[in-house]
Amino acid sequence: MSTISVSTKSVKLPDILAKHEDRILSDWIQEMSASVRRSDLIKESDLRSQCAQLIRLLKQATANEGANFQAPAFDRVRESLGEISRSRAQQGFKPSETAKFVFSLKPALFTQIQTESAGNAESLAAELWSTTELVDAMGLYTMEVFQKTREDTIRRQQEELLELSTPVVKLWDGILALPIIGTLDSARTQVVMESLLQAIVQSNSRVAIIDITGVPTVDTVVAQHLLKTVTAARLMGADCIISGVRPQIAQTIVHLGINLLDVTTKATLAAAFAVALQRLGVTFNRATQKT
Amino acid sequence: MEKIPILKMGEFLLVTIQVDMHDRLAMALQDDLTRAISETGARGVLIDISSLEIVDSFIGRMLSNIAAMSRVLDAETVVVGMQPAVAITLVELGLSLPGVRTALNVDAGMDVLRRSVGASEEMYGSRLH
Repeated sequence: MSTISVSTKSVKLPDILAKHEDRILSDWIQEMSASVRRSDLIKESDLRSQCAQLIRLLKQATANEGANFQAPAFDRVRESLGEISRSRAQQGFKPSETAKFVFSLKPALFTQIQTESAGNAESLAAELWSTTELVDAMGLYTMEVFQKTREDTIRRQQEELLELSTPVVKLWDGILALPIIGTLDSARTQVVMESLLQAIVQSNSRVAIIDITGVPTVDTVVAQHLLKTVTAARLMGADCIISGVRPQIAQTIVHLGINLLDVTTKATLAAAFAVALQRLGVTFNRATQKT
Repeated sequence: MEKIPILKMGEFLLVTIQVDMHDRLAMALQDDLTRAISETGARGVLIDISSLEIVDSFIGRMLSNIAAMSRVLDAETVVVGMQPAVAITLVELGLSLPGVRTALNVDAGMDVLRRSVGASEEMYGSRLH
């Protein structure tokens, strides 16, 4: 008994796909309501060719392997689904719209299965079940790829942000400044530290000013990161000055009991710059205006 | 066996480390350097580690030991040209080399030595006369 149901399972779906390919395609597209179709993001003809290609691949895969989505015969289907999903994630489709795109195939297939197995309740049930499983697996896979594309985008943006946010500027021959904007975490500190030290070597600078005006809060972790950077710079033979300490941050530092005694700290970047110039032995005189 | 050369430049000693330091080499350097300081009466030691790319806690401790020993022998130690990666490693290891003076390159290191030796001579000179 069970062998019969298995054989019907693996035979019927490809038959239906082969027989009613066009009908299923038009039903599928019909099924996608206007909101899912998003004609503002994808052209009608593109959508049609995507669907047609998927059905064609699905037909080949089911003919070889039945409704087992994990089978190697479905590689092409997965590939095509992944491509569609990725492009949709980049085009700005909503997750639900992408899911609906796949799930809309279900009613289109069901209609054909129903007409084909008219009167045979048992095979109808078996066929519906295997088709449901297959379409669900396709939908889940699509969503996985969709999610992954989104995550990749986020990760890439994070990396870009990390690089963007650590410019080392040269203020004077031998004086570097590093304005830090935003919260310092371990990963960022690592980048900050590396780019500062690298810049010290390249520009042969004796003094580096770390400006923390743009750092919203300083806790023990951030302070420790700062101290590490200062120590590393000192080991290389450069002096570090921390500037832009706001009153609230000064209070927090003292309340937390962080020891910044070994580090020169200044309230403003201007004050730090003056100290740096002094260390280099540079002095300025206001030019007297000649009459 | 390979050996790290110690060069005499006026009243300073110049040590350039151009090979990977291993523990035995570091111990040998410590021996040779202290002997050289006491033999030559050098006033300053300049250690150039610009080609040193790998450090561990032992080498870090050795550097600060050498500085401390030189100070006992009345010679100032300056470590110059530390690579960023080495500096980061030492800091992560918790070795901030508190007693060691540092400079960006040999030029700057010589300046530091000359200044500190000059300053101490001035001080003693004014006391003697």
